[in-house]
Amino acid sequence: MATTQAPPPAPAPGEAGPKPPHGRGARRASARAGAWQPRWFWPSFALPGMVWLVVLFLLPFYVVLAIAFGAIDPLFRTPVPVWNPVEWNPFQFQLLFDRIFGPGGFLGPAFVRTFAYVAAASALCLVVAYPVAYYVTRYAGRRKGVLLVALLAPFWVSYMMRMLAWVNLLESDGMVNRLLLGAGILREPFPWLAGQPVTVTLGLVYGYIPYMVLALYAGLNGVDQRLLEAARDLGASRRRTFLLVTLPLSRQAILAGLVVTSLPMFGDYFTNDLLSGSPRTSMVGNLVNDAIASPGQGGQAAALVLIMIVLLAVPIVAYIRATSRASREVGR
Amino acid sequence: MRRWLTDPWRKPRLLEALVWGYLAWSVLPVAIAVWFSFNSGRSRSSWQGFSLRWYWQDPVLSVWHDPDLQRALLHSLRLAVLTTLVAVPLGVAFAIGLDRWRGRLAAGFNFQMLLSFVLPEILLAVALLFLFTNLLKAVQLGTWAQLLGLVTFQLSYPVIICRARMLSIGREYEEAAMDLGASPTRALRHVLLPLLSPAIFASAVLVFADVIDDFVLVRYLSADAASEPMSVKIYNTARASPTPALNALATIMLFSSLVAIALGFFVYRRLTRGERSQESTVEGFAAQI
Repeated sequence: MATTQAPPPAPAPGEAGPKPPHGRGARRASARAGAWQPRWFWPSFALPGMVWLVVLFLLPFYVVLAIAFGAIDPLFRTPVPVWNPVEWNPFQFQLLFDRIFGPGGFLGPAFVRTFAYVAAASALCLVVAYPVAYYVTRYAGRRKGVLLVALLAPFWVSYMMRMLAWVNLLESDGMVNRLLLGAGILREPFPWLAGQPVTVTLGLVYGYIPYMVLALYAGLNGVDQRLLEAARDLGASRRRTFLLVTLPLSRQAILAGLVVTSLPMFGDYFTNDLLSGSPRTSMVGNLVNDAIASPGQGGQAAALVLIMIVLLAVPIVAYIRATSRASREVGR
Repeated sequence: MRRWLTDPWRKPRLLEALVWGYLAWSVLPVAIAVWFSFNSGRSRSSWQGFSLRWYWQDPVLSVWHDPDLQRALLHSLRLAVLTTLVAVPLGVAFAIGLDRWRGRLAAGFNFQMLLSFVLPEILLAVALLFLFTNLLKAVQLGTWAQLLGLVTFQLSYPVIICRARMLSIGREYEEAAMDLGASPTRALRHVLLPLLSPAIFASAVLVFADVIDDFVLVRYLSADAASEPMSVKIYNTARASPTPALNALATIMLFSSLVAIALGFFVYRRLTRGERSQESTVEGFAAQI
């Protein structure tokens, strides 16, 4: 923060600008970084971004609130936003909770399913990605660069293309079925794409595992090799070194990886649409998407969005706090 | 066997096999999809010979001759270029402002920016859709709404990358310049921005490649078939008995992001040539990501 003393005059454009002021005040000023500029100098850089975020990030979620707690047009049955919080009405939530918890609540299973799929998929991501990240940090040697490129490659392949690739492979006359038939494992083609929870879960793993690999790689790469050497020198076996040193030191990375893979999974509906397309496997994301697509259900979509934000608030805030703490430590 | 098991320096064969298995699993499906875009038949699972039929030879169904697919391709590229042009300058200025201006308000906006980074995209997409249909009705759904939405979603990339870079640059160079008589503006232009250029460049590449692949936001904020980019086309037709032309479209998409990344990497290397060798390798580039 700039000190409160009178700011020097703004620099003439294109000119060499004023020299740093001399004298007592100047010494005090130069002891503090940023004291040469007028107070508004740095905030003015942030201003456009701030305005942008207020108008296009905060305001939209206020509109969501206004619609979720809003009214319904009596004629067209479309949601009407109510801007004044005093007049907000929670009937959309009553309706939604009825549909989730009430008798015959057809939305409840989708919530349970979402948690089950996301838990299974992110656990699988961790189990598969950890050894990969571990190998690349510790044993890759000169091939590290090449391996990193290969690990990063999925980021640059469109998500839709990666799912399309699996749709091709998993069709009833696709390569997977032909391979399994040829090997004698299956007697007849398995309908992989007809609402199979296994397909959806594996699709989620395939889609989001690169995030996990990268998070774990970053974490494991930061583990001080000397600690591992010390553990080995002191007689710990490979396994004990891993269990007592590497694993505890990578706890933060594991948590970060779980958050960055599971958050997008919670909002995913397209993996499900492409790999299953059946309501038997639909997730919360599908509920939001269906509500958006059907006329008059905008209020339900808004309520679902708010419920998702509430459910995800804890991991999101924890993750943001952890990352900003980490970057502060780097800066020190 | 026992000696091999207890040998502390044995090579981790099992781990190595797992890594290769993982790489095969992650790359092969996509490689097969690319391969079948060159199929001469309609099938996407049995090979009937090589042809460029689905790229341009087929007079009706190929990417080159199908106006729908062509429009989708151009729309994706248009959105990627426009978003990069808006989001990167905005984000770089935002990063500089937030980094130098320490205060509660700045911290609050930093939090908001990080929030927009981790929030599932569908939540922001629904919120923006409601904003443009209920409040800011002047913004038509279509290219404009998509551009505004994408910039909001991508803004965090340049900010995060530039702030990380600014942490490692420190303030000494700038202060030295100002001690030598440069005004804050000049110090910024002639010292900080050149030092920041690899980060700016890396974030531009990232934003471009990410927008090409974006699906959720652009789908909700599209107005009609004319404002549907490639990802939406793939989504719409993937389960409706598509031809390999869809694979061809996806392949073109893949190559445009790969070319952007490869170009980005080489320019990044040039920009960081004078620095420690580590910064200018893949690892440095990856660290930026």
